[in-house]
Amino acid sequence: MEITTTQIDWILACYTDDVPVNGGACVKLKDEQIAIFNFTRRGEWYATQNLCPHKQQMVLSRGMIGSTGENCEPKVACPFHKNTFSLSNGNCLTNDELFIKTYPVKAIDGKIYIGFNH
Amino acid sequence: MKKPTIIVVGNGMVGYKFCEKLVTRSSDFNIIVFGEEPRHAYDRVHLSEYFNGKSADDLSLSAFSWYEENGIKLHLGDPIQEINRLDKTVHSLAGITFKYDYLLLATGSAPFVPNIPGVEKDGVFVYRTIEDLELMKSYASTVKTGAVMGGGLLGLEAAKALMDLGITNTHVIEFAPRLMPRQIDSAGSIMLQSKLKELGLTIHLNKSTSHIGGEHKIDALHFNDESVLAIDMLVISAGIRPRDELAKLSGLQVGTRGGIMVNEKMQTSDEDIYAIGECALYEGMIYGLVAPGYEMADIVVNQLTNGSKMFYGYDMSTKLKLIGVDVASFGDAFITEPDCRTIVFEDTHKGVYKRINISTDGKQLLGGILIGDADAYNMLLQTVNNKIVLPPNPEDLILGSRGGAESEGAGVMSLPDEALICSCEAVNKGAICASVTDLGITTIDGMKKCTKAGTGCGGCVPLVKDLIAGTMKANGQYIKNIICEHFDYSRQELFDLVKIGQIKNYDVVLDHFGKGDGCEVCKPVVASILSGLWNELIVKQDTIQDSNDRFLANIQKGGSYSVVPRIPGGEITPDKLIVIGTVAKKYKLYTKITGGQRIDMFGAHVNDLPAIWEELIEAGFESGHAYGKSLRTVKSCVGSTWCRFGLHDSVTFAIEIEERYKGIRSPHKLKGGVSGCVRECAEAQAKDFGIIATEKGWNLYVCGNGGSKPQHAQLLATDIDNNTLIKYLDRFLMFYIKTADPLTRTATWLNKMDGGMSYLKNVVVNDSLGICTQLEEEMQTLINTYHCEWKEVIDSPALRKRFTHFVNAPEEKDPAMQFETMREQLKAKW
Repeated sequence: MEITTTQIDWILACYTDDVPVNGGACVKLKDEQIAIFNFTRRGEWYATQNLCPHKQQMVLSRGMIGSTGENCEPKVACPFHKNTFSLSNGNCLTNDELFIKTYPVKAIDGKIYIGFNH
Repeated sequence: MKKPTIIVVGNGMVGYKFCEKLVTRSSDFNIIVFGEEPRHAYDRVHLSEYFNGKSADDLSLSAFSWYEENGIKLHLGDPIQEINRLDKTVHSLAGITFKYDYLLLATGSAPFVPNIPGVEKDGVFVYRTIEDLELMKSYASTVKTGAVMGGGLLGLEAAKALMDLGITNTHVIEFAPRLMPRQIDSAGSIMLQSKLKELGLTIHLNKSTSHIGGEHKIDALHFNDESVLAIDMLVISAGIRPRDELAKLSGLQVGTRGGIMVNEKMQTSDEDIYAIGECALYEGMIYGLVAPGYEMADIVVNQLTNGSKMFYGYDMSTKLKLIGVDVASFGDAFITEPDCRTIVFEDTHKGVYKRINISTDGKQLLGGILIGDADAYNMLLQTVNNKIVLPPNPEDLILGSRGGAESEGAGVMSLPDEALICSCEAVNKGAICASVTDLGITTIDGMKKCTKAGTGCGGCVPLVKDLIAGTMKANGQYIKNIICEHFDYSRQELFDLVKIGQIKNYDVVLDHFGKGDGCEVCKPVVASILSGLWNELIVKQDTIQDSNDRFLANIQKGGSYSVVPRIPGGEITPDKLIVIGTVAKKYKLYTKITGGQRIDMFGAHVNDLPAIWEELIEAGFESGHAYGKSLRTVKSCVGSTWCRFGLHDSVTFAIEIEERYKGIRSPHKLKGGVSGCVRECAEAQAKDFGIIATEKGWNLYVCGNGGSKPQHAQLLATDIDNNTLIKYLDRFLMFYIKTADPLTRTATWLNKMDGGMSYLKNVVVNDSLGICTQLEEEMQTLINTYHCEWKEVIDSPALRKRFTHFVNAPEEKDPAMQFETMREQLKAKW
């Protein structure tokens, strides 16, 4: 039996106060645009690609966040056409053909780190 | 077998209704219709709305093509001149001769013009057809003082028409000692008089006119008591006379005072000839309302299709809004003690008079009169017609249950299934409830399509709504107009809750009244409510703002933003034009003139927005709020300053109004317009509020809309001065801000409003809800707390910092944004 472990590189993205309360901001890491969401109401952080796959617009970090359903699935709404995406798994909740990439994220001592698979 | 031919003489409301009923019930007849008027049947009941923005087409009862689609031959502008009963033929004015098997006379009535010397003079009109209205309209433009002879139902309608035409000095002359003598008693008349007086009508009772003065055109009315009233225009509305001349000529029996005599089957003295509507005389009575006319049409259709339905008279109860005042009369309105017991409620402060007559044993309601507030009419009429046993305290019927737990809707559901709800279309309660339960109809529009209930006079619509809601509730499928899954309230309900709780923060609103974490639907709604109440700087809570409000600019393709400074009324100095040019050039912005007389600069990076605004504000510009659900622009024409036609200075007024309401957040965007004359170059009637100059002041129109479903604005007030106009606008806008659903423009808001324009007029002009002072104060608070959002941002380093694309590289712009050249400017490439 072979065990594979994935090594995650944690890269400093920004400071916690760079991201507005219950909102998002965009960072540039390794030439990727990443949207970071400060879900203050739940004490959670999320990170996704900044590109909305619907019309290829670099805008997701400017979208409104919230939750939906019985289990309060966290989501972000694209500011362009209000497609919504799950922040936990990247699935589009309004269009089955779309999905976005999500990133591991952690907040330590006022700093936000994004995880990249090694 | 050859189909029998039925010829219908008259294409008014009742004649049309007959055709409609016959084709739905049978295809076994050839139908040929002759109409005297040049247009096909239209809604005469709502004739005065012709001056209120409705067109002749709007008033039509059907599309013109309807007749052909249903195999009906229609001859308009061609009255029947002669009936040959021996050959069973008719001859028309145009010389057409047709053979009939059955003939239906629906010739209606004509206005009765009393034989007063001078009635032939110019400026004397009758009020019956669209042609009459057009004649009045063209004459009225120069008229300052008008009068209506006749204070009955039609006379008061005609008085409203004169006021709608802009004749502010309008008089009503009545021969009897009270108004609407057939419907209401003296006390009711006194209340109605005082309400009408408030609205600017002058009422003269006990006046009989001796002659009409003037050379060729009218200049005065002379009365028998030797008094004189100087007027420029007169509308005679002294009753109706049945059009029975054709019947008389053909030897059919007519009444001594007019009317074609009919039996219970609506047959005339010739059994193949029927007569219905206002020309028919049944047991010595002419039924001058539309509902009995429709019932008569139904009887004839029933007879022709081998039914056995008969006519035995008709309930003449009526409810109407006269010049914005509710008037209703039902059952036996005039019966007096000792034959009954009477309960009267009178409130001279609000102008409400209610009288009910109950049987001496206190068990049955016999009839009554309602002035000023007729909400209870439908329920009271049902109580009379269905002989419902009265509660122990019958005064509750007009006073409402005080302190009791019973809700209002419960009463409707207690009616028997056969209770007639829509008397125009003869739809009973059972049919309406069955449509909800069996067919899943849940809207008033759906109900209109399905059962036709509410399509006649519209008076039963509130009752139908209650029945729909009541049935849905009984079936356990009650649906509420809620904001989203997080808030179980409508916008209006939440607005009130937030106000009472004095809450200023989204999360607190969510904690108090919602659940979950919110979403992209409720966040902007709450943001709009908070702005409508407290008008605080929206970027303080930037993450609950919708896409454009978040960065105080309109997000465009590629993620760039556009910038629109305010240019009030579209007036701008050359120096400011140069500043816009300079700024646009410096930041490589594409410029375009907008539809609202402003200049839009496109293609700004989010990083550049604060710097761009700093330069604009430095030059004296302010935010144009093009990004917000708020006042955009008040468009103006050049006005009297330059235009040779202009009556008033529309630009100055547009600027004043735009400055007044700038920055105020509303359920949706707001647009205004001010035109300096009726040529309407500012297209004000396509705006949420439109102002058009008149000789005497301004006319105010509201709830217009361009966009995908254009809708003309409707007249709210005429010939008002600047201060009154602003007062009405304050009330109107604040009422809209407080009560509209999210993202609902004023036009849609009005379309959904119970009672429509007359209700809105009552609230805004007559203060029927008693909230106008409060609305004005609330609006003043919003005006007093105005701030230019962009000025606040550029003055605050913390807020400026938010306008970056990469928070970890604030200087760097979004490299994904690309531009290319088009017609010497840059456009986004994507």
